[in-house]
Amino acid sequence: QTVEHGFPHQPSALGYSPFLHLMAIGTRSGAIKLYGAPGVEFMGLHEENNTVMQIHFIPDQCQLVTLVDDNSLHLWSLKHHSGASELQEEHRFTLKGPPGSPPSATQITAVLPHSLREVLYLGTESGNIFVLELPSFRVLEDRTITSEAVLQWIPEDYCNRRSCELVEALQEHPKNPEQILIGYSRGLIVLWDRQNKKVTHHFLGSQQLENLYWQRDGSQFISCHYDGSYTQWPVSSDNRQSLPLETLVPYGPFPCKAISKIYWQTTRNGLPYIIFQGGMPRASYGDRHSISVIHGSQQTAFDFTSRVIDFFIIFSSEPTAEFDDPSAMVVLAEEELIVIDLKSDGWPAVHPPYLASLHCSAITCSHHVSNIPLKLWERIISAGNKQNVHYSNMPWPIDGGTNIAPDPPQRDLLLTGHEDGTVRFWDASGVCLHLLYKLSTVRVFLTDADPNDNMNATGEDEWPPLRKVGTFDPYSDDPRLGIQKIYLCKYSGYLAVAGTAGQVLVLELNDEDAEHVVDHAEADLLQDQEGYRWKGHEKLKTRDGPVQFEAGFQPFVLVQCQPPAVVTSLALHSEWKLVAFGTSHGFGLFDYQQKQLVFVKCTLHPSDQLALEGPLSRVKSLKKSLRQSFRRIRRSRVSSRKRRGRGGNTSEMHEANAKFDQDMLQEMELAPVQRKIEARSAEDSFTGFVRTLYFADTFLRDSSRHCPSLWAGTNGGTVYAFCLRVPPVERRMDEPVRAEQAKEIQLMHRAPVVGILVLDGHNIPLPEPLEVSHDLSKSPDMQGSHQLLVVSEEQFKVFTLPKVSSKLKLKLTALEGCRVRKVMVANFGSCKTDDYSENDLAVLTNLGDIQIISLPFLKLQIRYPCIRKEDVSGIASCVFTKYGQGFYLISPSEFERFSLSTKWLVEPRCVVDVPEVSSNNHMRDMSVVDNAARKS
Amino acid sequence: MNRPHRGAAGSRGLGTMEVKSKFGAEFRRFSLERSKPGKFEEFYGLLQHVHKIPNVDVLVGYTDIHGDLLPINNDDNYHKAVSTANPLLRIFIQRKEDADYSAFGTDTMTRKKNVLTNVLRPDNHKKKPHIVISMPQDFRPVSSIIDVDILPETHRRVRLYKYGTDKPLGFYIRDGSSVRVTPHGLEKVPGIFISRLVPGGLAQSTGLLAVNDEVLEVNGIEVSGKSLDQVTDMMIANSRNLIITVRPANQRNNVVRNSRNSGSSGQSTESSLPSSMPNILANFLQGEEESDEEDIVIEDSGEPQQIPKAAPASLESLTQTDLLHEPTQNGFLPSSQVSLNHSACSVCVEYEAQDSDPKSLEEDGTIITL
Repeated sequence: QTVEHGFPHQPSALGYSPFLHLMAIGTRSGAIKLYGAPGVEFMGLHEENNTVMQIHFIPDQCQLVTLVDDNSLHLWSLKHHSGASELQEEHRFTLKGPPGSPPSATQITAVLPHSLREVLYLGTESGNIFVLELPSFRVLEDRTITSEAVLQWIPEDYCNRRSCELVEALQEHPKNPEQILIGYSRGLIVLWDRQNKKVTHHFLGSQQLENLYWQRDGSQFISCHYDGSYTQWPVSSDNRQSLPLETLVPYGPFPCKAISKIYWQTTRNGLPYIIFQGGMPRASYGDRHSISVIHGSQQTAFDFTSRVIDFFIIFSSEPTAEFDDPSAMVVLAEEELIVIDLKSDGWPAVHPPYLASLHCSAITCSHHVSNIPLKLWERIISAGNKQNVHYSNMPWPIDGGTNIAPDPPQRDLLLTGHEDGTVRFWDASGVCLHLLYKLSTVRVFLTDADPNDNMNATGEDEWPPLRKVGTFDPYSDDPRLGIQKIYLCKYSGYLAVAGTAGQVLVLELNDEDAEHVVDHAEADLLQDQEGYRWKGHEKLKTRDGPVQFEAGFQPFVLVQCQPPAVVTSLALHSEWKLVAFGTSHGFGLFDYQQKQLVFVKCTLHPSDQLALEGPLSRVKSLKKSLRQSFRRIRRSRVSSRKRRGRGGNTSEMHEANAKFDQDMLQEMELAPVQRKIEARSAEDSFTGFVRTLYFADTFLRDSSRHCPSLWAGTNGGTVYAFCLRVPPVERRMDEPVRAEQAKEIQLMHRAPVVGILVLDGHNIPLPEPLEVSHDLSKSPDMQGSHQLLVVSEEQFKVFTLPKVSSKLKLKLTALEGCRVRKVMVANFGSCKTDDYSENDLAVLTNLGDIQIISLPFLKLQIRYPCIRKEDVSGIASCVFTKYGQGFYLISPSEFERFSLSTKWLVEPRCVVDVPEVSSNNHMRDMSVVDNAARKS
Repeated sequence: MNRPHRGAAGSRGLGTMEVKSKFGAEFRRFSLERSKPGKFEEFYGLLQHVHKIPNVDVLVGYTDIHGDLLPINNDDNYHKAVSTANPLLRIFIQRKEDADYSAFGTDTMTRKKNVLTNVLRPDNHKKKPHIVISMPQDFRPVSSIIDVDILPETHRRVRLYKYGTDKPLGFYIRDGSSVRVTPHGLEKVPGIFISRLVPGGLAQSTGLLAVNDEVLEVNGIEVSGKSLDQVTDMMIANSRNLIITVRPANQRNNVVRNSRNSGSSGQSTESSLPSSMPNILANFLQGEEESDEEDIVIEDSGEPQQIPKAAPASLESLTQTDLLHEPTQNGFLPSSQVSLNHSACSVCVEYEAQDSDPKSLEEDGTIITL
């Protein structure tokens, strides 16, 4: 396992080091990920898998502190190790209060790493502030700032009312490291002098405090509040109790939501940038996740697609610089990362080179193509660039560290199909998974929601000036549009995509925008079967007349299966210009040159009623059963509560509770899951489900003549072979393609067929179409006898051709109890010599193991545990590459990449060097002690 | 009347065996080579031939040493019949149309007598209406206990045979825990157990598996360390020929070996099993390999065929029994006058008067009950 691609699942904290130009993201599962320049990535994991609450980089160090939701602090540092940097956890620490104090006394709410790097200030729920020595994590008891110590400096009439409450914010004076601004929840703000241990200034806020921000010169600070207001406070040496300069409620006058974080950024031209999170009118826009940017008369409220976790501003960090001059705003939302360019007009978004939101619409399938020819690669990139015009040209602002990984040896594409009918093309060559191009198939169809009716169309004079940013959109207008299968021919640029409602589209790459009619055909897969009623969804309505398509892949043929069940298998042969597709009812072959259906074959068993009902009815029943089981649990809880209703004190209640839980557990143990042992029979449901389709030029009829053939394997263990007659190229348009069924093989164990492959006379798998004509592969050996490999979920079998007789087999399930989920031929090159490579089968089982099985002798070579067996979606999403790598989804938004090959490894390798500190105010690293000594 | 014959047979050595075949009222006598009985099909052809009923479908039965009428319809039970015949193999032939299936089974000989005498006592017969279990020609093993000589007495290895789809295997398994004796004392270890038997399913009807039996192995592979789903998949993958080793929940039914106090049935198995068991086992093992291989290919001609193994195996061509027949009158002829092409048996045909039939039967009956 090498690298994770995509956006971290459930992010919970954000940190940024202006010194290292590194960004850190913490997640709910305890992972911490550092990102810098593209290719610079680090990952760490907290042992307890607890939510990361806060991340703070130690100023001018390669270190950071994380606060985790069990109230523990962790110190991480980047260390050099054999030429590359690594992220390591150094220390962990849990704050302990005096004995007998409530847990809230030490519950950390605010963390301030002091710029002198020797201490960490920890604000707590009790209002006390503890001081921690770095890097030893030792509490400096004598320097604790208790709330009592603070309150004695505050006028009686103010503090009489209540205590300070928890510490909301801790901010160091930007110019004077001896002064710390402390904000308490109830509104009191004080400026604390470190050396003299006294409050020098106090500011009596009346509103509940959310956050504080210093202006760059330290003459003012700004506080933001729960009621949606922010207040500017002057700090002057003569007045110890300042009154606010100005209080504003930016989205008043009606009640507003809290402003949870605020920035005040000075600029050269005098007009500051005021950037704050939240503050929207409670009633009408309370549900928006917004960050507002105000600069002079310009004001925009960026409306994010999901909850904003945190944000930061990248500004000039040179201590000598007079102004902040913010350049970019980086926003971590729950589902995506958005960077706004604050320098360009209109504040456009910056196209992120990593952390792409893979799941902006749920991923329904993926397809990997290795070694893309340069020409196709460039055409896809240029098509993608035309789509990305609205992005800023700003270089990626987070550029810390140096990527020292070697350049990727080849160009790889990962295609993901999404629920909303789009296909995204990702550059999967290196560590950064980068979006190249997005294809939408929606235009071909008429759907309920008009794509033009989007929410971005907000008028100029609207208030608040909301602007939608981000691509995350999990709500699909029509689930039938979902993409189920993708096949890309990298030589010809033909792409076939198939979807949930039985639609199969063949697309061609066009560098220009074009308007044309999509040819439409229907394939009735039920042909001569009578009396069936499809209870699933209806087929998609097509758009009549010419349709405008932007440059890129443009559909020219649409085949719709009838009944419109999910397309379960797809194959395209670009040399013969044929596309084959299968559903749970049968399969068909379409000639996309002549735009004619060649044949259809129904694979349905007459008794298989379930296949006809369609997927929806089954989903419903699942939901229903879930609901019922929840209801049952609830009922049993309620009744047990009634039973112990008269229980006296709480401890008794607790006891009863624990006992009850135990009872529940035991009950669960008493009624364990059971599994039925029954042989599969022809009557089982979904036997007709077409699992795999395969084109091969092989000896199907006799051993003297080879011919094109189409192979199909079903869920019921049946393999159909059709002999195809494809007219020669010069008469390709004139003569029809003919197909004739030549063979039908019924595997007696009736397990679903997941893979079909023909090996040539040298036991090498037949090359992909057009591979030979592009001189990228040796032509297959057509002299020796070919062999057919059929992979079912349970067994691997090799048959001779043309006379089908079984030659070899490997039973997997009968011996190990695991079943094949995915299979792919992978070419394994030696990392030592270039001229040796072998083809093996890479197999993923339902237990999440990956096995390598040799060809053609079917010997198990090696087995790795890869995916947890409980991770069903991970196993289902796994794709193998042709060179022994693979991807699977570890969360809805992240791909994990793994490599089985020693030759092809893609993993981050990068160095973070400690930059020179240019200021004389701040010392070089390693001199913490010196520095501290000099200061004091 | 057949004592002298036996003596004669004995004097000729163990090579041949007398066969007395009855079809309707007609009797035929001939002899078979005991060591080379040939195939059932050949024997069937021979019987049709000697009774001169070449195109009549018949059921063939024989009386075993207990006097039970048992069917002969395949090689296995034919060989068993030949090997246990002592000294005479009595064959009963019935037309398929009017076959009395109830005749097969236990204690047939005594009931046969009842049939003959049920004019006198009709109520006796009607008391127990007989259930037709199955067509005798369909007899095939559905389960067996195997490897009893290897396994510890507390374990039981059961083989279930699945034919087509007519009857479900019909059982469920679940997770559970069992207590094991380990070097560290008693330890609870996870195990797989039979949780339910489907009424009417194969597993229940064999009586060899029961709820809460712990499953230890599936087709020779230990299940310890495997998940319930894994074991489920293994069982389903092997469902056509499933061998499961269980530790029965009820250990009281275990056969205590090396003790002589078992009943009369124990004696009979001792006498009959040693000769027949290896033969049957060998056949089963052969069957296992083939049952897995029988993928079917339909070529474009449309005729389903079983897929052969790629390594060319010379199949023994089935030879038709070509009979040279020469009827003889009354009396057993020691030398073979009729020879079969491939099966090495000599045949002698005898016509017997109908009235001698009950007497000989009675005679046999008494001999056996002794």
